[in-house]
Amino acid sequence: MSGDEKNKGIVERIWDLFSSIKLAVVVFTIISATSIVGTVIEQQAEPERNIKLLAKFVGVDFAPTAFRILDTLGFTDMFRSWWFMALLFIFTANLVICSFERLPKIWKLVKEPVKPVTAERLNALSIKREIILKEKVDKAAEHAGAVLKRNGFRAGERKEDNGVQLYAEKGRYSRLGVYITHLSILLILGGAVIGMVFGFNGSLNLPEGMSSVVAYKSSGMQIPLGFEVRCDNFNVSFYDNTDTPKSYKSWLTILESGKEVKGKVIDVNNPLQYKGITFYQASYGYAPTRNSIFKFSVTSNAGTRGEVNVKFGEPFTIPGTAVTGKVIDFSPAIGMDESGKLYTYAEMMNNPAAFVEFSENGKMKYRQWILVRLPQTWKVADGTVEFKHLWGAQYTGLQVRRDPGVWLVYLGCMVMAMGLYTAFFMGHSRIWIWVRDDKGGAKVTIAASVNKNKISFEHKVDKIAKEIGSKK
Amino acid sequence: MDSSQFFGIASIAYILAMVAYIAYLAFKNSVVGVIATTITVVGFISHTIAFILRWKEFYEIGQMGILRAIPLTNLYESLIFFVWCVILAYLIIEWKYKNRSFGAFITPIAGMALAFIDISGMDKNIHPLIPALQSNWLLAHVTMSFLSYAAFAISFATSMMYLIITTEDKKSAPYIFWTIALGVFVSVFLAMGIDFLVFKVAMSSPESFIKSYLFKATYRNSSGAVSLVSYVGTAAFIFVIWKYGYLLRNVITSFSISQDLLDDLTYKSVAVGFPIFTLGGLIFGAVWADQAWGRYWSWDPKETWSLVTWFVYAFYLHARFLRGWRGRRIAVVAVVGFVCTVFTYLGVNLLLSGLHSYGGG
Repeated sequence: MSGDEKNKGIVERIWDLFSSIKLAVVVFTIISATSIVGTVIEQQAEPERNIKLLAKFVGVDFAPTAFRILDTLGFTDMFRSWWFMALLFIFTANLVICSFERLPKIWKLVKEPVKPVTAERLNALSIKREIILKEKVDKAAEHAGAVLKRNGFRAGERKEDNGVQLYAEKGRYSRLGVYITHLSILLILGGAVIGMVFGFNGSLNLPEGMSSVVAYKSSGMQIPLGFEVRCDNFNVSFYDNTDTPKSYKSWLTILESGKEVKGKVIDVNNPLQYKGITFYQASYGYAPTRNSIFKFSVTSNAGTRGEVNVKFGEPFTIPGTAVTGKVIDFSPAIGMDESGKLYTYAEMMNNPAAFVEFSENGKMKYRQWILVRLPQTWKVADGTVEFKHLWGAQYTGLQVRRDPGVWLVYLGCMVMAMGLYTAFFMGHSRIWIWVRDDKGGAKVTIAASVNKNKISFEHKVDKIAKEIGSKK
Repeated sequence: MDSSQFFGIASIAYILAMVAYIAYLAFKNSVVGVIATTITVVGFISHTIAFILRWKEFYEIGQMGILRAIPLTNLYESLIFFVWCVILAYLIIEWKYKNRSFGAFITPIAGMALAFIDISGMDKNIHPLIPALQSNWLLAHVTMSFLSYAAFAISFATSMMYLIITTEDKKSAPYIFWTIALGVFVSVFLAMGIDFLVFKVAMSSPESFIKSYLFKATYRNSSGAVSLVSYVGTAAFIFVIWKYGYLLRNVITSFSISQDLLDDLTYKSVAVGFPIFTLGGLIFGAVWADQAWGRYWSWDPKETWSLVTWFVYAFYLHARFLRGWRGRRIAVVAVVGFVCTVFTYLGVNLLLSGLHSYGGG
């Protein structure tokens, strides 16, 4: 019996703790402070980078120790650490319980429709206007009711000793805006949890022409996809004469038991989705092999045209002639220094160039650099050699993700937008109009209250007063 | 005429408007007031035309859709847009509250900011968009973020003024808080301004410039003496503000600005900025990140700092509504919120590395 009571005491105490705003402030502060630390320390980075960074703050000697301490505490990967998750959980519990505690009070306000009020209450309201009309009370009340209706208020009516009271309201449910916003945070966090538990985040580097049935987590663990994905082609294009990339494109094909079922050209803002798994263009790399293929479109001076796919050093013929060419050198990014000397200026295929040697009857005729991005270099003595692509020398870096919770996150975002709109831009406005007999005419008292945006509501009340005051 | 000429007209107009606003406050002549407003509106229209022209220039060069050609992809452009938002917010306040008192403060800041952007040699060239930015979300995400930054900037100015006119005791915490906050703010911006002016010639790309030269002319100068002088100078500057803060108070009160108006304006600005920031900055940012990077939230420094900023303003709203905080306490929260905003906007790009490295370039 007594143990039971004690138990209840603890539950109550925990409930009290979680319903306190103090806890909210403390958790807010801790989350913010630790997050800030997390933005300074590079997350999931090479230890050396952070040791170098720490050396600036604590000196070179102490930096490795400082790093070890931070690493043990989880600050080097803090946004996935158990304690950060715990903080987010406490924040959520706090949010739920605080909202829950305040809900009954608000709910009462929301459930309770506007009622007629006493003269004292009416006089105590801050927004008030008074008009004298020449009409009889009944006529005046009818007119006032019509004006209210025109302004979007549906009024109730109560007969009183010497007149009529009209009462109306708008936006009662807007008081729930805050709760809708809080609910949306729960939806978003719920979606994030579903994503973490049932989804995965991986990557996949796929050379042109290769396929894979798995993706890789950052730990190196394999995740089976359940189908096969192949990279048919990858291409970076640049803005004219610059090294500013314009687009990264991967030509992907999905295969199920060897059969092609879906194909799409993806680029950075345009991923491919198949069976709940999404492939994003994330990075790329250059890794040429002996099997990489030079793709040329060759036209002789007589106009005969042919497509050529050759490996490094493999000869090809200019169609309709006895002239053969072969690639004897390659640069992924050729540039020229001031003295006119050629050099490779980047490790990626920014400006690919093939050095082609042309021969006739076994005799070397001439050699020429041919550049993909520079059509002037395609013209040779015996025709045109358009260098289209070096295929199989690049890989596409894909971000591979499955997130079954993302729809909930999106729903949460929409609910949040609605909640914020309701909370900030909609108010609960109430209006009472008291029409009394005044020497055969009617004395109209308008009183109103609103919980938000008082100034603009007062303009509205002025408008209503003016409409009641003016004859139809 | 090209965009930079219109920017020039706008800066001159804003500075002329300042003179007119001060004259208006001195003589209380309504004709002068109308002239001041007219000059500001002319400057604003010119500013808008300049922005549209630059958009057009970008569109013609950039080989992309019109929505994606919004000129908001580097520091130069974003600062210009920020100033535009601030003037817009000011004009709305003037119109809604029928009060011209703030004009004398806002217009010189806008004019000087535009003039400074112009002479600092910030990279004005139009650069085509890199693939990650080629999305229609760019427009919504970036413009809404800046609108909210501008709203927060207004709340900062009004809450700062509130603190200035309501604190008298030099030993009280709020007085010390605002003097230090104001001193540090002005010093940091002055130091950055000096950097820009000193290293102007050498710079090619602003991002590398900022990374390697920030505060190098002052606090981080290779000569220890200069660095020491900078720190001592800043301390002295803060001391002067602390010592003569009452003069500022007299200036503001002489402009017939009341406490209640400042408190109300601070709240209104936060109430407008917060939903826009949530929707445009956080939600649209997350949706876009989801499409481009495959993650709606990566705890990238910019995202994290946005969240911290969001927390601070959420705290502001809850403290106001649940605890009924008013006056100085809540004004301090608004100031802290804007410090976070500035760090989200500039600090992250200048000091931390991450995915959002566009704003600095």
